[in-house]
Amino acid sequence: MKSDIELITSEGKRLDGRGPHDLRKIKIEAGVLHRADGSCYLEWGGNKVLVAVYGPREAVPRHTQNPLKAIVQARYNMAAFSVEDRKRPGPDRRSVEISKVISEALEKVILIDQFPRASIDVNIEVLDAEAGTRCAGLTAAGVALVDAGIPMRDIPVACAAGKIGGQVVLDLGKEEDNFGDADLPVAISPRTGEVLLLQMDGHLTFDEFDQAFNLALKGCHAVSEIQKKAIMLKYQSVAAEVQE
Amino acid sequence: MANEGRQVVIPGQILGETPDLRPGRGTFVENKKIYAERLGVLNIQDKFVHIIPLKGRYDPIVGDFVIGVVEEASTSNWMVDINAPYPALLHVHEVPWEIEFADTEKYLNTGDTILAKVLSVDESKKLQITLNDRNLFKLKGGHLIEFEPSVYRRIMGKKYSMIENIQKYTRCRIKVGKNGRIWIDGDAEGIEKVLAAISMIEREAITFGLTDRIEEFLKKDAKDVR
Repeated sequence: MKSDIELITSEGKRLDGRGPHDLRKIKIEAGVLHRADGSCYLEWGGNKVLVAVYGPREAVPRHTQNPLKAIVQARYNMAAFSVEDRKRPGPDRRSVEISKVISEALEKVILIDQFPRASIDVNIEVLDAEAGTRCAGLTAAGVALVDAGIPMRDIPVACAAGKIGGQVVLDLGKEEDNFGDADLPVAISPRTGEVLLLQMDGHLTFDEFDQAFNLALKGCHAVSEIQKKAIMLKYQSVAAEVQE
Repeated sequence: MANEGRQVVIPGQILGETPDLRPGRGTFVENKKIYAERLGVLNIQDKFVHIIPLKGRYDPIVGDFVIGVVEEASTSNWMVDINAPYPALLHVHEVPWEIEFADTEKYLNTGDTILAKVLSVDESKKLQITLNDRNLFKLKGGHLIEFEPSVYRRIMGKKYSMIENIQKYTRCRIKVGKNGRIWIDGDAEGIEKVLAAISMIEREAITFGLTDRIEEFLKKDAKDVR
């Protein structure tokens, strides 16, 4: 799509006033739901995501069970009111794809061989969307899994990079995503640097790809710190509360 | 500080290296380094690094006393929900009654509560429980509540001090299952008190001096203590 909006000035200032290497504001809260085994609420710029984790529990129907390991069933869903106009409710091609890639990313960090025949269900509900919901969803899912007490190798984290107005930038906003040149969401296991998810929309040269990828990695590590802080805050506050 | 010595750890956090320390429960090793695999509290004993989980499903271990709810009665066995990721099998040979073929429903039916013991856990986590032991029986009447299985040890207290206190001050009959279920029988007032105490323990599980604080709480407006 062509447009005459200037997404980034020659000084490197973006529409919302960020520099090319700045993240949007992120707020994470763990353990917000009473009924779920684990949960997380996350705000990432204009994105609002709620994640609930259930399990491990027996997988039904039976034929979906794996006798050697647990299956991870992530379900990404956008609320009808999450976008302008109205999104037709229910799974569509896009959300089925995102559910699949997130499930596969989470499978790589959860110690699934400890729970044969079981299923771990991750419900990702996007309440408000403003570009980068799959990264926000995956990041929130990581925190919710920790909150559910599920054994994992690491806490997965995601962040996107992209290209707007010929420049490689971190964490695209809504206009940048719609009118930009490329979007590159990346999810990693921050301890080992393993890539859990890598998708690309648009065109990048090899050099730009390397640049964007490394930038996204940096973003992931920054977000990872926020995740860890959120979990610690939740569980250390118990000790502080009693102190008073 | 209250949580001094009780360090909260998160998955992927590095805890030490293998030659000096050894990996225990809730940890894994990669490149000779020990990492935490779940959210919990760090506990190092005789060079063994353990994680005491803060949250999570009940993981059945042979010999655990559990409180189960019967889900289904078949001709020669019952399926019992014991709060684990998997249902548990209770075979007619594992109950203290003589049961004629297909007469299972007369003894235990859907919704009945039992105090049982985990008999076996196999490789694919197929569970079997038994009622053939002392102190194992069908629980009649009373209330069943659930708690976070990881705080079982805090609810029992050192040498059962916590649970004995609760029983003393509330005059309730209490059975605690390792699977995060408590069965209480007593008057309404007492039951309410037990519920309040349990939720307090759950909330403050990682702090020190909990037994004393709970006793203080129970002593308030407690009458005729035995």
